[in-house]
Amino acid sequence: MDILNALVAILNYVVVPATAYGAQLALGALGVTLIYGILRFSNFAHGDTMAFGTAITILITWALQSAGIGFGPLPTALIALPFGIAATALLVLGTDKIVYSYYRKVRAAPVVLTMVSVGVMFLMNGLTRLLIGVDEIKFADGARFLISAQEFKKATGLAEPLAIRSTQAITVITAAIVVAALFWFLAKTRTGKSMRAFSDNEDLALLSGINPSRVVAMTWIIAAALATIAGTLYGLDKSFKAFNYFQLLLPVFAAAIVGGLGNPLGAIAGGFIIAYSEVAVTYAWKKVAMYLIPGFQPDSLLQLLSTEYKFAVSFTILIIVLLFKPTGLFKGKSV
Amino acid sequence: MSFLDASSMTGGYGAADILHDCTLKVEKGQIAVIVGPNGAGKSTAMKAVFGMLRLRAGKVTLDGDDITALSPQERVRKGMGFVPQVNNVFPTMSVEENLEMGAFIRTDDFRDTMEQVYDLFPILREKRFQNAGELSGGQRQQVAVGRALMTKPKLLMLDEPTAGVSPIVMDELFDRIIEVARTGISILMVEQNARQALEIADMGYVLVQGANRYTDTGAALMADPEVRRTFLGG
Repeated sequence: MDILNALVAILNYVVVPATAYGAQLALGALGVTLIYGILRFSNFAHGDTMAFGTAITILITWALQSAGIGFGPLPTALIALPFGIAATALLVLGTDKIVYSYYRKVRAAPVVLTMVSVGVMFLMNGLTRLLIGVDEIKFADGARFLISAQEFKKATGLAEPLAIRSTQAITVITAAIVVAALFWFLAKTRTGKSMRAFSDNEDLALLSGINPSRVVAMTWIIAAALATIAGTLYGLDKSFKAFNYFQLLLPVFAAAIVGGLGNPLGAIAGGFIIAYSEVAVTYAWKKVAMYLIPGFQPDSLLQLLSTEYKFAVSFTILIIVLLFKPTGLFKGKSV
Repeated sequence: MSFLDASSMTGGYGAADILHDCTLKVEKGQIAVIVGPNGAGKSTAMKAVFGMLRLRAGKVTLDGDDITALSPQERVRKGMGFVPQVNNVFPTMSVEENLEMGAFIRTDDFRDTMEQVYDLFPILREKRFQNAGELSGGQRQQVAVGRALMTKPKLLMLDEPTAGVSPIVMDELFDRIIEVARTGISILMVEQNARQALEIADMGYVLVQGANRYTDTGAALMADPEVRRTFLGG
């Protein structure tokens, strides 16, 4: 019984939240890795692209809610999501036209493009705050729980509860669908293959008659969609705050680099590695230890790191990977 | 007029000219080979034919059409196929996907052409689902040539196709190139292995410092004691 209780505690406090968080990071990292692979620079504005997309989605969610439109047990934000994606795609395409296209034309070094993206990041940051403010916003509606703690306890008779919030389930399911669609697109469609060809060997892609501006535009649209979906899922799961999304940039980049920049599969693996490490390192293991070791009464919480320091986990993993395996765990490009 | 006629090409990358009044011609279905010492401008001459170099003087015509002002991409549409010396495949894509990308500009059904490429290079059919980056050097060259053949070019240009492959693979590649030429495709090729290349060449061009030094049939160049002594090592 104690072992079961320990398992349920791990599931409830580590596996479930880390899986949802990992799925959100994976989607974010996929966008970063696609831009790195195809446009060849690290896009620091990705976190704020996520924030912008989410902000638009929230604004449309509010409009739908006030018009009395809902999505039954599902969050209304899911209906608003396509509009958020469209607006974000327009924003990044516009940014590309006004800002990035010039630096591509003069064949600027990747580091220059990266610094340019830092500028874009601050602009988008300000734009999002002007649009929706700096406060914390909760916009999840619909059913709260897929499995609630009370139900679980009653059904199993265990002392430990297991709760799965509907937003966590939605996150994982949506992420799975999006990832499957993206991989199908890249592997099977002509446009997807031309994007991979462009990422593999730009000169040969040009020789083969692949239109670079089309590839660039498709990349931005897909990155905008991934960013908006990742941001909205994160906001539904936790809450929306512009500053938090700016901070998300670190774990998202860590995930992309750990997996191997430019490698989509790596981005997904990286997302889960970062998420699990972050949650496991900041979780207080006291309860689990007491279940597993009878008579054990630890004085401390058995928490390796307090949650305020969770970003240190991403940083540490990032540094270890860059030192020992700069191309990431999967075959990616070296930074 | 020759099928490919690149006459009096003069130009370079920067201020200084690399090519000086260089002329290259290829007849339909024939193999022309450019040889010469290192730094003679062989690859540069090839790039000039393909439009990757701005010419200050000279003219390039393909099948009678003046293509001097066209970009490389436009020349591909006109019927030129180019196989660069290095980085000539998409390494993380399968052999079949490499061929598909070669046919990117085609809107018609290109499965016939793909079958022809597989017939020409049977090993590629065997490895069609393997990534091109995982193949041996010789096999990668076959992918590269196959990719260029997917547009059904009328002129195929090869920049040192046998660089870095073993002598056996080199002979094999030359045999395939002869086969391609027999189907009516003209071939312009830069080669480091001058002797072997001239053996299969209908026409040979010896370039020195960006200018034509000797121009004759492959056999005649091989027989010329002067050429043998200075360029073929005796």
